[in-house]
Amino acid sequence: MATVTLKNVKKSFGPTDVIHGIDVEIADGEFIVIVGPSGCGKSTLLRMVAGLETVTAGDIHIGDDRANDKEPMDRDIAMVFQNYALYPHMSVAQNMGYGLKIAGLPKDQIDAKVGEAARLLQLEALLDRKPRQLSGGQRQRVAMGRAIVREPSVFLFDEPLSNLDAKLRVQMRLEIKELQSKLGVTALYVTHDQVEAMTMADRMIVMNGGVAEQIGTPLEVYESPRTLFAAQFIGSPAMNVLDAEIKDGSVRLGGVKIAPTDAADGKVKLGIRPEHLKPDPSGPIDMEVQLSEPLGANTLLHGRLRGSEEPFTASLPGVHRTSIGSHQMLKLKVASEDIHLFDPQTGTRY
Amino acid sequence: MEKRVTFKGWLLPVCLIAPQVFISAVFFFYPAAQAVWQSLFIPDPFGLSKQFVGLGNFEFLLTDRFYRASFLTTAIFSVLVTLVSMIPALFLAVLADRLIKGAGVYRTLLIWPYAVAPAVAGVLWLFMFNTRVGVVSWYLGQLGYDWNHVLNGGEAMGLVVVASAWGRISYNFLFFFAALQSVPKSVIEAAAIDGARFWRRFFTIVLPLLSPTTFFLLVVNVVYSFFETFGVIHTITSGGPQQSTTILVYKVFSDGFVGQDLGSSSAQSVILLIVVGLLTVVQFKYIERRVHY
Amino acid sequence: MAREVHGMVEKRGMGLWLTHVLMIIGVLVIFFPIWLAFVASTVSQPEIVRPPMPIWPGDQFLENYKAALFSGVNVPVATMLFNSLVMAVGIAVGKIIISLLSAFAIVYFRFPGRNIFFWLIFLTLMLPVEVRIVPTYEVVAGFGMLNSYSGLIFPLIASATATFLFRQFFLTIPDELAEAARVDGARPMRFFIDIVVPMSRTNVAALFVILFIYGWNQYLWPLLITTDPEMNTIVMGIRQMFPSGDDVADWPVIMATSILAMIPPVIVVISMQKLFIRGLVDSEK
Repeated sequence: MATVTLKNVKKSFGPTDVIHGIDVEIADGEFIVIVGPSGCGKSTLLRMVAGLETVTAGDIHIGDDRANDKEPMDRDIAMVFQNYALYPHMSVAQNMGYGLKIAGLPKDQIDAKVGEAARLLQLEALLDRKPRQLSGGQRQRVAMGRAIVREPSVFLFDEPLSNLDAKLRVQMRLEIKELQSKLGVTALYVTHDQVEAMTMADRMIVMNGGVAEQIGTPLEVYESPRTLFAAQFIGSPAMNVLDAEIKDGSVRLGGVKIAPTDAADGKVKLGIRPEHLKPDPSGPIDMEVQLSEPLGANTLLHGRLRGSEEPFTASLPGVHRTSIGSHQMLKLKVASEDIHLFDPQTGTRY
Repeated sequence: MEKRVTFKGWLLPVCLIAPQVFISAVFFFYPAAQAVWQSLFIPDPFGLSKQFVGLGNFEFLLTDRFYRASFLTTAIFSVLVTLVSMIPALFLAVLADRLIKGAGVYRTLLIWPYAVAPAVAGVLWLFMFNTRVGVVSWYLGQLGYDWNHVLNGGEAMGLVVVASAWGRISYNFLFFFAALQSVPKSVIEAAAIDGARFWRRFFTIVLPLLSPTTFFLLVVNVVYSFFETFGVIHTITSGGPQQSTTILVYKVFSDGFVGQDLGSSSAQSVILLIVVGLLTVVQFKYIERRVHY
Repeated sequence: MAREVHGMVEKRGMGLWLTHVLMIIGVLVIFFPIWLAFVASTVSQPEIVRPPMPIWPGDQFLENYKAALFSGVNVPVATMLFNSLVMAVGIAVGKIIISLLSAFAIVYFRFPGRNIFFWLIFLTLMLPVEVRIVPTYEVVAGFGMLNSYSGLIFPLIASATATFLFRQFFLTIPDELAEAARVDGARPMRFFIDIVVPMSRTNVAALFVILFIYGWNQYLWPLLITTDPEMNTIVMGIRQMFPSGDDVADWPVIMATSILAMIPPVIVVISMQKLFIRGLVDSEK
């Protein structure tokens, strides 16, 4: 068990800076998800914690020790790779026990630990199989098992579910989370999938372009995103962002009052989550519906605002088969606590 | 292509690579440099001293009647070996490809000659065409043809060509067969639906699809006939009669070891080196193209 | 490789039979020299020198092979077989070991001079031993390695085909495996021995077949450096069995020796056919 502390961690590949200085303190036993689009530096950050990439500047502490110059094996970590990285010529048991074998543990201890991990992951029947004889989900479990037997202080996950099909992903998501809280091990988990981030994280780090846009609990990020990027990346369907204006204490869209606010007058970016829009014949938002997607529990309406070319999406509960066809006009309203205002220049939250 | 993940340190990799570098340096680069160096000298007949002649050895070689004849002999020989080894191989591969069952059995039988050393192949063919005891030469005699490759340069050439090509038929067959098996079935079927009959399909669809393999085999077989046929020639004709089967490699050997003319032999090695270099460049150009293919 | 689905373009009936007939004729023609050699190795000398020789095996099989193996002409063929075996295995094993090591160094490390090493090794791809034969002979003679196994083996190891092949293969090993091994605590040599070498098994086996045959079938090099008949390899030794001058060769023994010379490589090729074909097609393409 250990805390992980990153202090102004930077990474450059030659002249290219890929990580611009990340600060975060991770508590013992916390589950941290690093989420962002591809190329944002999230995997590089994880690999620096693992010791697979050198740290250009800043400090990484695992527990009380500065880990920058330690070899991966000396960091008391275990890692689960995106492609599982199982040794193809070794059996499941050998794969799981390889690290212990290198550490010089006697065979009976290795067998005991592997057996215990296998029981935890329901892999007992598969211990003699080779990786190629396993399904994707089973390989995933073996990769987890390999991490568990080392009894590390920190688990590192690099997009571990991205090669699984959708159904299995949901199941494994729960299993990983459950296992982590059972073992009480600190975890860093990298993904590009905001659903995984929302459902698994104690806290998440939303990354973009080598910068941590926001660090917080899933609900904090959802309810009060600190930047436009975080606002649009977290939440599905993505938040609508519109050019708006504040005048006389209210947010106005094309001159129409949307909601009251106490922000100062001027231009702003207005963010409204599609699920916060409510139909209201006297609502201030005038939407022209071009396409509706019935999902069953709710219906997604795609279109644009009257007199505007910008796309706009609303998510209404239930089925709207009859009442809303395409090219209909729809009046909507939004509660004042559900609007998000951002500085149009910097993209930060007001 | 490079690995993203590497290990640190320089001492270990240098140690790992040392055996190969050492062996290459001692048995490869040093001798190759020696060949170039010696090609610039003429040793005296007793081998006690040598005289620097610059490019004199090359000048002499390129005007030497025998050397030019050897060039021509090599050219004829390699063209013939390539043709005689590739055409039957392609024919057999096409036949085997048409079979539903048994192709594997034929393949197993046809691989045999590949494992037979060229020198042994030479002995086998020499035995069949031997002027005293050869079965084939005896039957030819019965038909009124007096076979004597010991005296007749043309017959000698024919015999070393066939003996050299024999084992290569297996090799070429394997490649053609593998290439034919990987021709997409749907392409052939599309052509059949378009009304093309077998031979028409073969020449307009299959052969063009085989062209990468064919080109590769052309280069490889030419290289083979240049260098690896030494054993065949040495066992059957020893370069004779009247040097009619003395290919370039054989001449390096006979001038260097039998004739003890080190300067000339070295110069010949250098010329061969250039020829192989050019062939290798052709081959790599081709491999590069394959990568993008 | 047999395809399971055969569409309308497959030949049926007559055409199929014709294909089989042509195929069998082809195999017989290709096989004829070997068959004739086998027949000659089972008959007596008088039967051969009075042409035409018989076309079916005779009853001298044991006599001829015994004579070849234990007496030979200059030296018992058993000795030559042993020499060939040492040479072929030595070349195959030696080349595989040094190539595995150097390919590992080139692929998994960045060290000063790496590119120069790589290109130097690569250059050796170009030149067969035949081209640099005279100076190589002098080097080997200078080391006192004439008539020795090391003289037979080392000069033929100095080529980079295998290094190049292993390099290609190592590049296909996923990076994540090396990372997983690092996380598991494996140092470079441990990773090499535990992960890289076992994963290369099929490549090693295929290469072994090809190199064994390459070594076994060498002719010019052993011809030059083994002047002592005790060190002759079988492939070059056959030629030494022919008498000089007008004497009649001992054909049954020579043909028995030829058959013995081809048995080991043929066994290796046939028994490891799949591996060998894969190795051949991979290494040459």
